[in-house]
Amino acid sequence: MSTGTRAVVALLIVLAVGIGAAGPALADHKPASSIPESALVQPADFASTVTASGAPGVLVLQVGFRKAYAQAHIPGSEYVGAASDDDGLQALRQRVAKLSPQDPIVIYCGCCPWRKCPNIAAAYDALQQLGFKNVKVIYIAEDFGTNWVDKGFPTAKGS
Amino acid sequence: MRRLRLAVCALALLLGHTAGATAPGEAAPDFALTNFDGHPLHLADLRGKLVLLNFWASWCGPCLEEMPRFSAWQRSYGAAGLQVIGVSMDDEAGAPRRYLAKHPVAYPIVLGDAKLGERYGGILGLPQSFLIDRRGVVLARFKGDADPAQIEAAIKAQLHAP
Repeated sequence: MSTGTRAVVALLIVLAVGIGAAGPALADHKPASSIPESALVQPADFASTVTASGAPGVLVLQVGFRKAYAQAHIPGSEYVGAASDDDGLQALRQRVAKLSPQDPIVIYCGCCPWRKCPNIAAAYDALQQLGFKNVKVIYIAEDFGTNWVDKGFPTAKGS
Repeated sequence: MRRLRLAVCALALLLGHTAGATAPGEAAPDFALTNFDGHPLHLADLRGKLVLLNFWASWCGPCLEEMPRFSAWQRSYGAAGLQVIGVSMDDEAGAPRRYLAKHPVAYPIVLGDAKLGERYGGILGLPQSFLIDRRGVVLARFKGDADPAQIEAAIKAQLHAP
């Protein structure tokens, strides 16, 4: 084996070990930080518009996981499914299919810390691609429990 | 022993890793489920062991980052009395089973539900882990991006306690 070949083999081994050490490949998703700040709404600001029956005149959609929604969600909000998978995105598209591009929509997740949320940017992008002009995203920094429920904001239970 | 337990609780409180109904010092809600290998898993049967109860999901990036570490801890500290349990909060068992087939872990996995989440004070974000002492009392709750060194320190402190 030539010196050059040995060098290539050694490089391949180093790369293989490095990839292995990195652990399992995590789901590839667009980060929540890709959502423009102008589209974000703080939980306290949105909570001030929510009553026990919901936020009047706004469609509010939870794009996270069903078992969290069943435990606690924003009153009047609807569960459409985790936008990180195809079924969730399809459910989102179906839910808004008959709406006007001008209709206000608010989405939230809170499944994970914001910078690692796999759902929220996917849902935002899907709505942008469908032409919706009035989409707001609730900025949930840690999780829905910490940044909404524990703050005493209006909450409903059940699926 | 008592002083050590109090110290761990105080540390968890100081670092803000507590919330909800299941807080340090309270009994961990019991449950009996069948794990993914088909064996019954009853939390109460684990009295005498230090339990790290980890809520996760197959689509949750930070959860998947933690799991190889938990698996290594199970192998390293299992003989000293640690038992890690994974509770998948996926909608159904299919996705976590597929994930685990590719990335097996050295501890049992069960499928949780919203009711179990409520009993643990609301599992409204992932990952979340509870450290439960040998008597079945919650020592600490770790939410989100918990510092693994802090979790491991709490585990080692308990395992080495007299």
